[in-house]
Amino acid sequence: MVKFLKRFYLSLIFIFLYAPILVLIIYSFNESKSRGHWGGFTLKWYGELFRDRDIIKALYYTFLVALLSSIISTVIGTFSAIGIHNMGHFGKKLALNINYLPVLNPDIVTGIALMTLFISLRMQLGFLTMLLSHIMFNIPYVILSVLPKLKQMNKHTTEAALDLGATPSYAFRKVVIPEIMPGVITGALIAFTLSIDDFVISFFNTGPGVTNLSIHVFSMARKGVKPSINALTTLMLLTVVILLLLINKRTTKGDELIP
Amino acid sequence: MKNRAKFLAYPYLVWMAIFIVIPLFLVLFYSLTKGNIHDPSSLSFSLESYARVFEVNYLKVIWKSFKLAFISTLFCFVLGYPVALIISTVKAKYKSILLMFFLVPIWMNFLLRTYAWMSILSPNGFINRLLSFLGLPTLSIMPGQTAVVLGMIYNFLPFMVLPIYTVLSKIDRSVIEAAMDLGANKIRTFFNVIFPLTVPGIISGITMVFMPAVSTFVISRLLGGNKELLIGNLIEQQFTVQRDWHFGSALSIILMIMILISMAVMSKFESDNDNGGAPTW
Amino acid sequence: MSKKIIELNNVTKRYNDVTAVDNINLYIRENEFITLLGPSGCGKTTTLRMIGGFEEPDEGDILFDGVRINDVPPYKRNINTVFQRYALFTHLNVYENIAFGLRIKKVPKDEMDRRIKRMLKLVELEGFETRHVDSLSGGQQQRVAIARALVNEPKVLLLDEPLGALDLKLRKEMQIELMNMQKNVGITFIYVTHDQEEALTMSDTVVVMNKGIIQQVGTPVDIYNEPENRFVADFIGESNIIEGIMHEDYLVEFSGRKFKCLDKGFQQNEPVDVVIRPEDIDITEPDKGLIQGVVTSVVFKGVHYEMMVEGGGFEYMIQSTDMQPVGVNVGLTFEPEDIHVMKRGS
Repeated sequence: MVKFLKRFYLSLIFIFLYAPILVLIIYSFNESKSRGHWGGFTLKWYGELFRDRDIIKALYYTFLVALLSSIISTVIGTFSAIGIHNMGHFGKKLALNINYLPVLNPDIVTGIALMTLFISLRMQLGFLTMLLSHIMFNIPYVILSVLPKLKQMNKHTTEAALDLGATPSYAFRKVVIPEIMPGVITGALIAFTLSIDDFVISFFNTGPGVTNLSIHVFSMARKGVKPSINALTTLMLLTVVILLLLINKRTTKGDELIP
Repeated sequence: MKNRAKFLAYPYLVWMAIFIVIPLFLVLFYSLTKGNIHDPSSLSFSLESYARVFEVNYLKVIWKSFKLAFISTLFCFVLGYPVALIISTVKAKYKSILLMFFLVPIWMNFLLRTYAWMSILSPNGFINRLLSFLGLPTLSIMPGQTAVVLGMIYNFLPFMVLPIYTVLSKIDRSVIEAAMDLGANKIRTFFNVIFPLTVPGIISGITMVFMPAVSTFVISRLLGGNKELLIGNLIEQQFTVQRDWHFGSALSIILMIMILISMAVMSKFESDNDNGGAPTW
Repeated sequence: MSKKIIELNNVTKRYNDVTAVDNINLYIRENEFITLLGPSGCGKTTTLRMIGGFEEPDEGDILFDGVRINDVPPYKRNINTVFQRYALFTHLNVYENIAFGLRIKKVPKDEMDRRIKRMLKLVELEGFETRHVDSLSGGQQQRVAIARALVNEPKVLLLDEPLGALDLKLRKEMQIELMNMQKNVGITFIYVTHDQEEALTMSDTVVVMNKGIIQQVGTPVDIYNEPENRFVADFIGESNIIEGIMHEDYLVEFSGRKFKCLDKGFQQNEPVDVVIRPEDIDITEPDKGLIQGVVTSVVFKGVHYEMMVEGGGFEYMIQSTDMQPVGVNVGLTFEPEDIHVMKRGS
């Protein structure tokens, strides 16, 4: 009985989570443009999606910004985390608290605050400001995922490398970086996903001609229905599921490798 | 070695000053001034913007933002806690796959998720088509508060479930066994042992839902239309349409202060719970 | 005697206002097994880290083979270290951990293979080459750490509480193994521990430290039998430390009596501390004893009984196989050579 209730409840929640997406998937194959009316099966919205230059451009900017901002923020974040880890008690606390601000502040406040900065500096809002804003909100997450790895590392590990004849820079490349690599990768992945998904901060810090996927969907949704969005949703879902299955498979395989 | 490595943080300290600290001070500065933002010499100290925040119309908007965020958070908690509990008790091999499918929607674009609800709830959307097909009267949920709350619950539910699940999965089995060993039945064990142990997860779940809900302007705009303005929409309009940075900044500062107060209240609740032991309800 | 390989001359190290090492002088001979022994915070690890090159002394000089090495970085010293909790590289397997130093020195592949094989044999880890270090037990990790250091053929090996994380049985086994290894490879070991038994078992020379100051340097037997002050007597083994007065050479008074002893060179009527080890005291009939007393407690310790006897204004601890129950009147006897007279310390 309890088991049945559990399953029933979980099923309801999963219906709630997936029903809207499923409805969109069905619509994406609907010949008729009207929402309620089934006009027969078609793939034409997918064709339209790939011919829509605005969507392709938005996708291009989304991935470009995500790639650049996650790489740059991973590099800056990793070095900064090492620096912060080695700071004195007071400085460390101060740096970490300021680092936390963009994580704790509502996105809209971070977004408008950056926008006032860029405009006060007389910068033209556009690709560069959007990239800078993404780097800015990504770095804190990289630092927060690298720091625990640094804490975990035996405090004598670097010394052990020096003791065995490694110069400080050799020890850094061959020991410190590999030891904290899992945290660096986690940080980079978080940064990439946050950047791809961001709407609010990009919305305030981009200029004419430069939109990402979220901004594009927002402006389309405000104007009304466009069935190519349905096709886009279907493709996104497919990508996410495939990616997650791959990651899942890889991690379970990895578990088996460890005796 | 140790002393030299700390220099690696110095460039980021400068970066943080420029991109985190100064922007927030700029917001504070604009909230306390009036004049033309593009002409620094015209700016003068003024509390006018704060005075405007306390006009009845705007107070109503702020009140509504907090009310809707509170309702959504409550629903997320009531719906999400059982989900976390159930997932934490299933067999290990189903656990990761359940968790994965629970996370798929949040890996999808936030805007697309909200858009999906538009096509379900809109006046000639899926639900109303279904109802009229069945010969039932149609509903007018969207645009409206119900649609906004639904959108918030849908978007933020995973943020409630995840932290609670994490805390649940870290509870030492022997603690539960000890409770049962001491004569507590399953219900007592839950309310006296498991639930208090998950309070930190609940607190971070509440924060992770309440914060984006109270400051959103996307969900309210797409599902609430033009009539369900929230504080997020007010701020957005000041910076994109009205070009009144002073008022927008004052609203942002008020929003930050109110969120800070909510978080302080919540962390006080958490530490009270630590001292008190048993849950208060 | 072999030559001095490391010398510390008037070395001082301070952290902010705390003096960790206070003006110490010490030399270490080639092929010696020397142990720095003391409670935590006594400066032993700081001393070791200065020899390893991880800390620079604020004052004084450290000489290696007669050359001043104060500011030579660790990677340019022919000294290797086995760290507390090993500090293995968790991203490398056993082979690569041991190969780390050799790769830096660009040792040819076949020679590297040969040396690593020999090391794995020495630490009894043959066949573990590709194992991940996280999958090893504490004792095995310990051996990898030793092999990783020894493979570089350093002139001096520093060991910082290397057995601290192991359980008692394994620790005893590793003590023997380390001693054998040191004899086999014939290099200087500088060992840091807070465990006095470990220090006495393994070392040629023991350096007892407290509050950044060297209290006594000597062979384990000297340190145990002839402690130079109250701290050493108290820290090494169990002791009865009684306040007394040295009347003249070979005559000391304590517990209200005068006793013959082997110590001399004190001033007349100088106040002193007298040490008698609990195992050196015998229990006899009350009238045959040098001191009379009453047994106040008895604890069985396995090999012997530990009894407290109150008499002569002092509570003596006695370790003996001859058990007397609580409340019995007994006599205590000891020989002149069991009495150690020390200067009344600070």
